Amino acid sequence: MKIIVFIKQVPATQDVKIDPKTGSLMRWAASTKMNPFDLVALEAALRLKDSEGAHITVITMGPPQAKAVLIEALALGADDAVLISDKAFAGADVLATSHTLVYGIQCLKSPFDLYLCGQQTTDGDTAQVGPSIAALLNIPHVSFVKQLSNERNTVIVQSVSNDDHILAQVKKPCLLTIDKDFAQARYPSYWRLKETQALPIKTLTFSDMKDPDTINHIGQAGSPTSVLRIFPPQHSVVSKRLDGNTQDIVSGLVNYLKEEHLIERISHE
Amino acid sequence: MSKIVINHDICTLCEVCIQSCPFNAMENLNGKIEINSNCKVCSICVKNCPEVAISKVEEALFSVDKSLYKGVLVIGEMRQNELHPVTLELLGKAKELAKKINHPVLCLLYGENPFDAAHLCLSYGADSVYLLTHRELKFFRSDISATLISEALSNLKPSVVLIGATSIGRSLAPRIAATLKTGLTADCTHLDIKADTDLIQRRPAFGGNIMADILTTRHRPQMASVRYKVFNPISEIKHPKGTIKNLPISTAHLLSSINLLQIHHQSITDSITEAKRIIVAGVGVSDSEGLKLIHELADLLQASVAYTRPLIEKGLASYTHQIGLSGRTVQPELLITVGVSGSIQFIAGMEHSEHIIAINTDPNADIMKVAHMGVVGNAYDILPQWIDALKEGAYRV
Ligand SMILES: Cc1cc2nc3c(=O)[nH]c(=O)nc-3n(C[C@H](O)[C@H](O)[C@H](O)COP(=O)(O)OP(=O)(O)OC[C@H]3O[C@@H](n4cnc5c(N)ncnc54)[C@H](O)[C@@H]3O)c2cc1C
Ligand SMILES: Nc1ncnc2c1ncn2[C@@H]1O[C@H](COP(=O)(O)O)[C@@H](O)[C@H]1O
Repeated sequence: MKIIVFIKQVPATQDVKIDPKTGSLMRWAASTKMNPFDLVALEAALRLKDSEGAHITVITMGPPQAKAVLIEALALGADDAVLISDKAFAGADVLATSHTLVYGIQCLKSPFDLYLCGQQTTDGDTAQVGPSIAALLNIPHVSFVKQLSNERNTVIVQSVSNDDHILAQVKKPCLLTIDKDFAQARYPSYWRLKETQALPIKTLTFSDMKDPDTINHIGQAGSPTSVLRIFPPQHSVVSKRLDGNTQDIVSGLVNYLKEEHLIERISHE
Repeated sequence: MSKIVINHDICTLCEVCIQSCPFNAMENLNGKIEINSNCKVCSICVKNCPEVAISKVEEALFSVDKSLYKGVLVIGEMRQNELHPVTLELLGKAKELAKKINHPVLCLLYGENPFDAAHLCLSYGADSVYLLTHRELKFFRSDISATLISEALSNLKPSVVLIGATSIGRSLAPRIAATLKTGLTADCTHLDIKADTDLIQRRPAFGGNIMADILTTRHRPQMASVRYKVFNPISEIKHPKGTIKNLPISTAHLLSSINLLQIHHQSITDSITEAKRIIVAGVGVSDSEGLKLIHELADLLQASVAYTRPLIEKGLASYTHQIGLSGRTVQPELLITVGVSGSIQFIAGMEHSEHIIAINTDPNADIMKVAHMGVVGNAYDILPQWIDALKEGAYRV
């Protein structure tokens, strides 16, 4: 079975702050890591490989530094890795990202049985790329998969949808987004990490994409959405304040709840 | 349509742009500043370049004829044969948006038996309800649901499509958007519309403490997903005038590659979404003593207990009890946060609550900006006395 896992490099810290005066942002990107949800998706692939053998490809679209997450995936047990990187891909939204990843897969010229995505990224947080790729590949998908087993031409998946727990049989090829509760991800071994530093990573750039229509579907031009402006959050709440000694605070709280009719004294008639 | 262009003749390689770019999108490659694929065209480099060597240029690109698209359409969600309440909330917002651009409010329902739900939608603001009904549509399956809805949207040509960011919506919406090759903004917290029908989609962005306004300027329909409990339905219309219409379904589109073997319906009692009163514990009270106080107060006020993400990650409760962008959105009558700083992602999940009380030692914590009652003090001092006062005073909630 051939499996491809989509992984993304994300910032390791969440501290993006905007300076309200200059409008500029304090930078976060100093340290990065693999999107934790993608580690779980990779774990799902590795478990299938452990139990019945599989060939696992990992793929990412990102800047050259994103190679780091591919190396990490190889150290965890993936068999080969593909980096899609080109400044032509700059400014990609969900649709352009999905298109670029699909063009990348087409360049590999080998169809996969199973396409696995993380549930969502910790930076984009949209959970949209997976279903979007499935639509472009015209294959079925199931989101938030919690359990997975492989059959001859199908996979059996357990997923959660609102409050329903669903067991379904899905024809391959298909795309699954893996729920973060699927399994605990493993750690790479130190030796394997050392070995994989030297492994070749296939890099695809815009010039590898032969389809002449590509240019209209990638980067900013291929992104239907664009950012009009970014700004620090504004709130228009009229707040009351309570501070000082604890006793005053507590009576202030009790009074507030009474005034707003959130509590009532039980009357003793 | 825009992109960032660097005038290399003026550039002095001072690298201020590299320093100021929040996305690591600028690099000095062999003595030339280049922009890589991380670029979000946020223009911060343009503002910061001391030499004015960087500019944002607009490129003329293909764009649809916006006047051909009419209506603010809500894709309703059925759970079995009942309407998911997020649908009515979206209709309320749709009505407000539609009024501004003088468009009708449309609603699309799919399922086995959405007729009662269709009437409900009329009572909550829809001018026209369109139905895709078939036995095969009783349960959501990504492939056929998306194909049928995409086809319907291509024919109906709405300008705006709103969809609930439920687990089904999150699976369905991106699939429809990719099929229609249009833009989709997930989990919007505010929506507004410009006179030229461009939808202003606001959401926390880039994983940080910033909001972004996002537009879909060249494509239609413009799609946005919104969480349950972010907007409010309008009050029920007594004698609605709208119409209900069945859309044709070609049987070829009902062939799914997904075979549902078993469906286990679970009630939503384990979730905090419907709670009327909520106490949220944050990192400031995450030890056993703090949590004990939180639970005691919750019992007295008959409130449910919820948590910020770091506490859920520690394993204190299931993620159905997390409030925020990657947890649940809530709108209770009373929400008390204790030891919560008020990150943008947390606030996105609770800012529409009716009464917000925040207890924090830090008077400048962001949570104070959304609280109706900001309490500056130590939770370990305040909670025990508050609990005693409530007990002594004998209050009924
Ligand atoms: C894409 C993305 C999505 C996210 N989604 C969510 C989400 O859904 N929900 C969520 O919660 N977070 C989310 N986060 C994380 C979020 O950014 C914050 O890290 C998190 O909300 C902080 O939790 P906190 O307020 O409990 O902790 P902190 O930020 O550590 O705040 C603790 C607060 O407690 C106060 N305090 C300390 N001691 C006391 C005391 N004795 N008495 C009173 N106050 C005290 C401190 O002054 C401080 O303000 C997300 C982040 C990202 C990047
Ligand atoms: N640039 C990317 N490269 C590879 N995979 C990606 C990329 N962006 C998103 N994905 C995949 O899509 C999933 C959902 O991402 P998102 O829609 O950003 O929340 C992630 O967990 C990844 O599996």
